Amino acid sequence: MAEFTMPSLGADMDEGMLSEWLVHPGDRVTRGDVIAVVETAKSAIEVECFHSGTVEALLVDEGTTVPVGTPLARIGTTSESPSAEISPAESRPPESPPAESPPPSTPLVRRLAQDLHVDLTVVHGSGPGGRITRADVEHAEPAPARDKTVPTTRPVKPVRGDDWAKERPAPLRVKASPLARRLATEVGVDLADVTGTGRDGTIRADDVRSAAAAEGAQRPAVPDMARAATARLMSRSKREIPHFYLATTVDMAAALEWMHACNRELSLSARLVPAALTFKAIALAARKVPALNGHWVDDGFVPADEVRLGVAVSLRGGGLVAPALAHADTLSVTEVMAALKDLVARARGGRLRASETVDPSLTVTNLGDQGVEAVFGVVYPPQVALVGLGRIVERPVAVNGLLGVRPVLTATLSADHRAADGATGARLLTALDRLLQHPEEL
Amino acid sequence: MNHDQAKAFVRQAVQRVVPGADFTGLDPGVSLRDTFEMDSLDFLEFVEALAELSGRELTEDDYPALVTWDGCAARLVAGAGASAQGRSG
Repeated sequence: MAEFTMPSLGADMDEGMLSEWLVHPGDRVTRGDVIAVVETAKSAIEVECFHSGTVEALLVDEGTTVPVGTPLARIGTTSESPSAEISPAESRPPESPPAESPPPSTPLVRRLAQDLHVDLTVVHGSGPGGRITRADVEHAEPAPARDKTVPTTRPVKPVRGDDWAKERPAPLRVKASPLARRLATEVGVDLADVTGTGRDGTIRADDVRSAAAAEGAQRPAVPDMARAATARLMSRSKREIPHFYLATTVDMAAALEWMHACNRELSLSARLVPAALTFKAIALAARKVPALNGHWVDDGFVPADEVRLGVAVSLRGGGLVAPALAHADTLSVTEVMAALKDLVARARGGRLRASETVDPSLTVTNLGDQGVEAVFGVVYPPQVALVGLGRIVERPVAVNGLLGVRPVLTATLSADHRAADGATGARLLTALDRLLQHPEEL
Repeated sequence: MNHDQAKAFVRQAVQRVVPGADFTGLDPGVSLRDTFEMDSLDFLEFVEALAELSGRELTEDDYPALVTWDGCAARLVAGAGASAQGRSG
């Protein structure tokens, strides 16, 4: 028997909302199957099962928010090597004690409520199970700045699901993906007016986009939750991490020539972009300099046992996520390219998997793609280093005593001085440069 | 394919990558990547979409011609084999 628990999906997460079950009791599951969707402050994430077996019981209802580590389901495991199947979440104790019967709401909603000064205990939840939705908060009256000495006489209305269900007839639950729901709220589209094109008429994100385009609905000015989550993590980084910064200029002529030659042979959908080469080279450099590939935990550096390259992806409409490209050092360049395309598309579409959001060992930001020549980034705690890639630009460069025009790239390293010194950082950038001079060996 | 049809393909291809991209009043001579904040992966997806919608084969040598709305349309109208003009080597 094994427990499927609320995973920690990033350094800034301490609770999450189980937004959708994709399995039922009695279903057979295999390790790696996506069995639930969890909503965090940043996005909806597909969570995989860490065990193989049969779902015996679902312990948490859809729409419930619980701390990291809380058992969500019981899974009867098959007899073969159950000891090998250990969820990463099991090694972490819940970081906060379970709250005492809070009104059902998500972290997103609670943060919005905080930002808009809305008291959640007096908001009526209109979502499934009496859950307080973002729209409920947006339509609620902000708590008045009242005199603290006069206690409020307004009765606190319970917002538990049972009471809600008794008071009002349940509305017809519209079938929609979590992302579709989020998009609908963001762009101000009523899901009841959207025609679903998914299986059984389920409304997909694209349906919401089409409906929004048809209606010409305007995006309401609401605080961006993803922005807020990024703000918290970056503030923590700059509070705790004594950063140092290094930069080097990499001649990209050999790498680009090799890439163009490959692309002439590849189909349009498999074509490479320079990031596929640079990311692979960074992953190999991280393997050569393990002192920068890992995490700062309890006043000490813990090296990672593989290279999980975090890829900073800017979301349309604001915010940043940095999902991990697993085993980036062992993939071929074409495999890195395919994985990168897939990861970025799903990050922007709000469909990341849990295993991709956990513990990158080193992050890369490729802001050069947006036109800047150099980027000095902020380290994602608990990681200790971040590589920044600028734009590839043509510049006059002296090579073997001759001046020529070459494509060059400014690669930077931001690192945690508690974990490493400048010389270690220099080794990583030098390794990166050397690797990119021999692209055929990547 | 005439220039206006080609421009419509370009608009559709961009909107596939950047949902809601607004072409109203867009100067046909400005960079599409800069205007719609497309990164290199977005641009690749845009080229894929443009090739699919227009039925034109677009190689890496065409990329320099695919910067602006007008440039893309001109490349599509020129049709097969136009890529050789785009770059010397």
